[in-house]
Amino acid sequence: MSGHMNLTLKVWRQKNENDRGGFITYKATDISPDMSFLEMLDVVNESLVKRGEDPIYFDHDCREGICGMCSLYINGRPHGPKRAITTCQLHMRSFSDGETITIEPWRSAAFPVIKDLATNRAAFERIQQAGGFVSVGTGGVPDANEIPIPKVIADEAFNSATCIGCGACVAACKNASAMLFVSAKISQLALLPQGQQERYQRAQAMVAQMDEEGFGNCTNTGACEAECPKEISLTNIARMNREFFSAKFFKEEEIR
Amino acid sequence: MGNFSNTFSSSLGKKLVMSLTGLFMCSFLVVHLVGNLQLFKHDGGLAFNTYAYFMTHFPPIKVVSYLLYTSIVLHAIYALVLTMKNKKARPIGYAVTNGKANSPWTSRNMGILGTVLLVFIIIHMNTFWAKYHWGGVPYKKYVIELQNPEHVQVTDLPISSVEPVHTDAVDLQSGSRVVIAKDLYLIVQNAFESPLYVAFYVLAMAALSFHLIHGFRSAFQTLGWDHKKYIPLIRFIGVWGFGLLIPIVFAAMPLFFLFKTFS
Repeated sequence: MSGHMNLTLKVWRQKNENDRGGFITYKATDISPDMSFLEMLDVVNESLVKRGEDPIYFDHDCREGICGMCSLYINGRPHGPKRAITTCQLHMRSFSDGETITIEPWRSAAFPVIKDLATNRAAFERIQQAGGFVSVGTGGVPDANEIPIPKVIADEAFNSATCIGCGACVAACKNASAMLFVSAKISQLALLPQGQQERYQRAQAMVAQMDEEGFGNCTNTGACEAECPKEISLTNIARMNREFFSAKFFKEEEIR
Repeated sequence: MGNFSNTFSSSLGKKLVMSLTGLFMCSFLVVHLVGNLQLFKHDGGLAFNTYAYFMTHFPPIKVVSYLLYTSIVLHAIYALVLTMKNKKARPIGYAVTNGKANSPWTSRNMGILGTVLLVFIIIHMNTFWAKYHWGGVPYKKYVIELQNPEHVQVTDLPISSVEPVHTDAVDLQSGSRVVIAKDLYLIVQNAFESPLYVAFYVLAMAALSFHLIHGFRSAFQTLGWDHKKYIPLIRFIGVWGFGLLIPIVFAAMPLFFLFKTFS
């Protein structure tokens, strides 16, 4: 089998949330460059199972880049070295034969490690539950142009809504800040007519929950934007700041 | 918690403080730079010393100066608080990081650059500001001929037990304007005779440059002002104005005096 690769993997292994954990080195032999990164890990895991060892635990679901479950910090970057893709969309041809690859879980106080490379990202869900919804009935599918929304606004709201909540922004940020995620979730509703009723309450409630969860503070490095698999832009953070400051200084809506 | 304290204890509220104090200090830099350009004048320090007296005694300027001291302290304290929170947000770090792949160096080192600047501000204020206020600065007497203002006669006043009073008066009989002022210019000149001290200033201005290349535009992003039309302008001013022009002209001042000493 020519053209196959042999790699050295330094993988973070941790039994549970309370275990200290550490790196264990594995050899990944005879890896096809056409495999995805997760398929490569599947191959390694099969060999571990055959040897009677505990397979490497990592999150994954759709394996087509839309679910936001996969979450590996590869060689110092979330979702590996390529732009705008998730780990499942990363292929082994992005690495060279004989390379050593370091694989770590997302590192954040708000994302405790469940096991090995999988983290508990329920903090994101709690932020969503704090205000990332519309609590009025939106009815069935409306007729076209019944609710007028300018194309640019609809596009921008859609861009924000493409966030899959994987947490790469938190992982990439040197401050473990969740502001790109929170701002995308605030933006997608703040831009559309259906989101207006709770607009300012939402911004306050979601920011408060974000702080509660213990995420860090944005220093505008832009690392999140660069690493986001869905290319959510920093404009969202600026918009979140506007929503929040408008709510605090110019509106009278209180958080429930 | 009231709405006000609630706002400023939130992450975005703290960032707002960083942004506003930072921008206020930027505006100060412009004034400080323009005023200090008078150091380059060949008048024995007349313009600079008169300006120094004005800046320390004109009441509105005094109010602004207290705002400035408050800004420096708030900016430093909030930076410390935010940095500690950020460290707490990632208690276990990564074994491998590759920051340069996704973010500029300046943006990742604002804390270090800011610390250099804080040390600089303390030393800078101790050398000039504190000395000017309480340090026993000698006085100079300038006699300017009204007919020929270019002709200035400069005399050092001997340090005596009775401190001279700052005066700026026109003597019609002799046809001249007499200015007696604290000679801050001399303090500046003496301080910048030391190559080590000058080197520290140049280093600090390099730190200022990097700090502002990221800081200026970052402040506007925090305020939420990211209009497509104006962002290129803000970036331009941030990089070329605050990042390069201002630190370079500031650095030119100690270098100017150092070269004057050696030539």
